[in-house]
Amino acid sequence: MSGHETADLDEFQSFGDVTASATRVTPGNALRPEDIAVQGEPPSSEAVAEYALWLGDDALILAQRLSWWISRAPEIEEDIALGNIALDQLGHARSFLTYAGKFWGKTEDDLAYWREEEEFRSCHLMEQPNGDFGVTIARQLFVSVYQYLLYTRLAESADSTIAAIAAKAVKEVDYHRDHAAQWTLRLGRGTEESAARIRRAVEDLWPYVGELFEDQPYADQRMHDDVVAAGVGVAPSTLRAEWDEQIAAILAEAGLEVPQVPFAMGGGRRGEHSEHLGYLLAEMQVLARKHPGASW
Amino acid sequence: MTDTTVWPLWEVFVRSSRGLSHVHAGSLHAPDQEMALRNARDLYTRRNEGVSIWVVRSEDIVASDPGAKDQFFESPKGKDYRHATYYTKSEGVKHL
Repeated sequence: MSGHETADLDEFQSFGDVTASATRVTPGNALRPEDIAVQGEPPSSEAVAEYALWLGDDALILAQRLSWWISRAPEIEEDIALGNIALDQLGHARSFLTYAGKFWGKTEDDLAYWREEEEFRSCHLMEQPNGDFGVTIARQLFVSVYQYLLYTRLAESADSTIAAIAAKAVKEVDYHRDHAAQWTLRLGRGTEESAARIRRAVEDLWPYVGELFEDQPYADQRMHDDVVAAGVGVAPSTLRAEWDEQIAAILAEAGLEVPQVPFAMGGGRRGEHSEHLGYLLAEMQVLARKHPGASW
Repeated sequence: MTDTTVWPLWEVFVRSSRGLSHVHAGSLHAPDQEMALRNARDLYTRRNEGVSIWVVRSEDIVASDPGAKDQFFESPKGKDYRHATYYTKSEGVKHL
């Protein structure tokens, strides 16, 4: 195998459901975490593995947050919509963590269930509490536009596995972006109550946006050489202008203003988290830790 | 509850990748047509069932009266000659 010089999908030619058929409904062919576990090369360096871990942790923590809404959303249709989005994010997390884990000889479950709080590398925005429906929609808006821009670039990554994961994920987060934008418009232009709530949500979450675009974690020599300079990942500051433009357009259409609030310090990529992550992890990890190796 | 707090009902039609026509899949509630289409996507295509969706307000569908079944649907009964199987195949016709 040619390894990481060429970014193509050759390594995953036979991925997906081999029983897929044109004459009946099947899960369809798409790259699955199970395929990544058994096919393709492991990350070419520890920095690349760590980068995949960052991407996976963002998706995992957001998925765990969103899944709380299942059975609690305001309408059953919205319940399923948020559940679908949570499962998309979980799928991306599984793929990135499976790939990252191959470098250290760990599985996706080892990484999700057996790391401690300070070992998680997710940004603080992902762990922010769901709040009311408006807070969850505002968080979704910020994250999905960011992920859409990020995965669009990563689909061209020099690392063929990251490129393949991003190529599938970008189509899914494109829908998440649409979902969040549609709700932002309806809440912003809805009742006095809904407009006040989404306005407050946008203001409250705005300080956590800065961390998403912080280049500082990539200043580390290995990260810079193996990830950014090698074309495996992108310096997030390069996504910022486009993000600002898209968010400003959606907020304006919703009758909302771009908050003039300073950004908070975020140390998620260094494993420094807010008080929220510990509780989230306790709930996410308790079953796996109580019954190690259990399956169903 | 008043009508302003209940989302209206929509009927959903889905065409599968192998199908030629949209088939009624079910119904759902949604506040407007954009959200109806998205809710339909979320409810009725999550197992890869479709490549195209139609939604229509349930109240916009004009339906036949179940009580008028007899006069509406009696006529075709017994008219075997409207079915291809009624006719015997000519000897000269092959591959039919």
